Amino acid sequence: MTAVPGVAGPRAAGGDNTSRRLRGLLGRTSVRAAVVLIAVAWSLPTAGLLISSFRPVNDIRTTGWWDALLHPFNAATNWTFANYEAVLSADGMAVAFINSLVVTIPATIIPITMAAYAAYAFAWMRFPGRSFLFAIVVGLLVVPLQMSLVPVLRMYSVLDLNGTFLGVWLAHTGFGLPLAVFLLYNYISQLPVDLFESAAIDGASHFQVFRRIVVPLSVPALASFAIFQFLWVWNDLLIALIFLGTQETVAVMPARLNELVGTRGEAWHLLTAGAFVTMVVPLAVFLGLQRYFVRGIVAGSVKG
Amino acid sequence: MIEQAIAPPTTRLTRRRLVSGAVRALVAVAIAAAVLFGLGLVRDPEGPARLYAFLLDLLGQGATAEGLREGGLDPLHAKLTIMVIALAIGVGGVWAIFAGLNSLVDLLGPTWSRRVRPYVFIGPAVVMLLGYLVIPAVATIIASFTEEGAPETTWGYVLTSPEMWLAFRNNIIWLVLGTGGSVGIGLAIAALFDRIKREALAKVFVFMPLAISMVGAAVIWRFMYAWQPAGEPQFGLVNAAWTALGNEPVALMQVQSPPVNTLALIVIMVWLQTGFAMVVLSAALKGVPSEVLEAARSDGANERQVFFRIVMPMIRPTIIAVGTTVAIAILKVFDIVYVMTGGRFETEVIANRMFNEMFAFRNFGRASAIAVILFVAVVPIMIVNIRNLRRQGIGR
Repeated sequence: MTAVPGVAGPRAAGGDNTSRRLRGLLGRTSVRAAVVLIAVAWSLPTAGLLISSFRPVNDIRTTGWWDALLHPFNAATNWTFANYEAVLSADGMAVAFINSLVVTIPATIIPITMAAYAAYAFAWMRFPGRSFLFAIVVGLLVVPLQMSLVPVLRMYSVLDLNGTFLGVWLAHTGFGLPLAVFLLYNYISQLPVDLFESAAIDGASHFQVFRRIVVPLSVPALASFAIFQFLWVWNDLLIALIFLGTQETVAVMPARLNELVGTRGEAWHLLTAGAFVTMVVPLAVFLGLQRYFVRGIVAGSVKG
Repeated sequence: MIEQAIAPPTTRLTRRRLVSGAVRALVAVAIAAAVLFGLGLVRDPEGPARLYAFLLDLLGQGATAEGLREGGLDPLHAKLTIMVIALAIGVGGVWAIFAGLNSLVDLLGPTWSRRVRPYVFIGPAVVMLLGYLVIPAVATIIASFTEEGAPETTWGYVLTSPEMWLAFRNNIIWLVLGTGGSVGIGLAIAALFDRIKREALAKVFVFMPLAISMVGAAVIWRFMYAWQPAGEPQFGLVNAAWTALGNEPVALMQVQSPPVNTLALIVIMVWLQTGFAMVVLSAALKGVPSEVLEAARSDGANERQVFFRIVMPMIRPTIIAVGTTVAIAILKVFDIVYVMTGGRFETEVIANRMFNEMFAFRNFGRASAIAVILFVAVVPIMIVNIRNLRRQGIGR
């Protein structure tokens, strides 16, 4: 590649040695400065939110959060956890956090299970209608989920599923399945044929092959999709608003946070703390499982 | 395929095997019943209290049970119980379905079980796809033409009303600036970060917003854009910087000031999506063989020419993939607009309009027609995307 900083190229030993080195140094410094500038610019919005969430309500409104950041130990700079206490208890974020878990975990595992079985069948079983059905699955990737909202909402009011966790699990399952089947098929169909042949010789049934061979070998693909779907469901507002609603017993965090914006739009101590509570889990997943996270985001980007 | 080889040898199908199959099927049915029972508990707010009371009764602690029935459980405890039950039925239920159906198929005998088993494997997925995508999509198209007053009040409204035209206009602005911004900046950052040693670390900062929900991002940027009347301390970073330069503070998202409001919303989307573009494009940049670049340089090409004439054409498929992906996300943008402005101050977009028609006004005909518009807009982009993916050998 081009100028790799810190590695003095052999070419540097040329005639106009000094000026070339100087130019290289200048170039490298400006590149580094630009990189730092971009990284800082991209983090500022989140940093401001995080810092403000630990500041008392009056301080947030009288001085910028950068003041507190520049003078963290000044007598005039106060830090507090009160915002989190308030938003978790009085504003129901703690309950919403649990609701989010209740919605997200099954809404991740149910589609991934169904998709893994289907992907295995599409890849390694022969049956009438196989290619037709698979073509439909791929075709459904292009359908935006908005196409389903009105009929499913009507179906749910007949079945009395509106505002239930079951209803949301199934909705997320239905909307997540085309992508899940598509991705897992791509992976499972690429597993080596020999594996399946030797399993068959040993008398293994499809069910056994699936559970003992395919699932363990597909962990990278399963993990990538699981992370993608988990984040998608965790961060979703649209489906949560439509099928689950904003009642405190069921509301998930994005819905709750949206309510806060609507009702207490100027209560910045609550909004900053509340927003950060919603972000904790995705950020932890991001920092902890970065490799799978990146793969999941990239793979999941075709979701319709 | 390997179908014939995998079929279980018929000779081994003994009576013992049949019995164990039946037992497994029974267990699956029992689990299914437990799941249904659990669903009832989850839906009933008093469910956990009654469950505990029931268990206490079984243990002979009648008095405590009675107290629990009357006083109820403390909310957090009840919530945690519901969570455990919900996880058990949600996760266990779907596994039970597959194990149970599979055991039932075992009972059919070798020939029929071989014929039926594939449908057991794909069955639940196909049922869900039919129920949640295929049938609803068809129903939406039909509803857009047959709802009360249609097509005049649905399609007539959708295609001619000023609100919808505003949404179309804004969506196009979003599409051009949002997609162009994310992909362009993402590419620039990828190329720049490619030149430093701690590339992975630098990328984390730009990529991180992808973990944040659009609602969270909306709150973050609402704080960035916060506005106070002139003379008062500006605690929003944007207005603080703006007034520090000697300007009047700008009340973003609070007054009719097109097109600044929409632009300010697009900035949020670009902030979120650039990391995605950067990561994918960075991988593509690393895939460009260095011999090609060296050859071009030794032929006298300068860095700019190398980038635009050699690198860009080589990573074109990736640029298309990223561009179409971001474009689809942007066409369906809802959360940011809904949380920041609710579509007021001339920031309306199609998906937000649909949500309001559906949820605020209960106008299902119009909502259906808008959904069809969205579908029609997404399909060509998605087709380009999938074709492009297939050309790279994915999804064949």
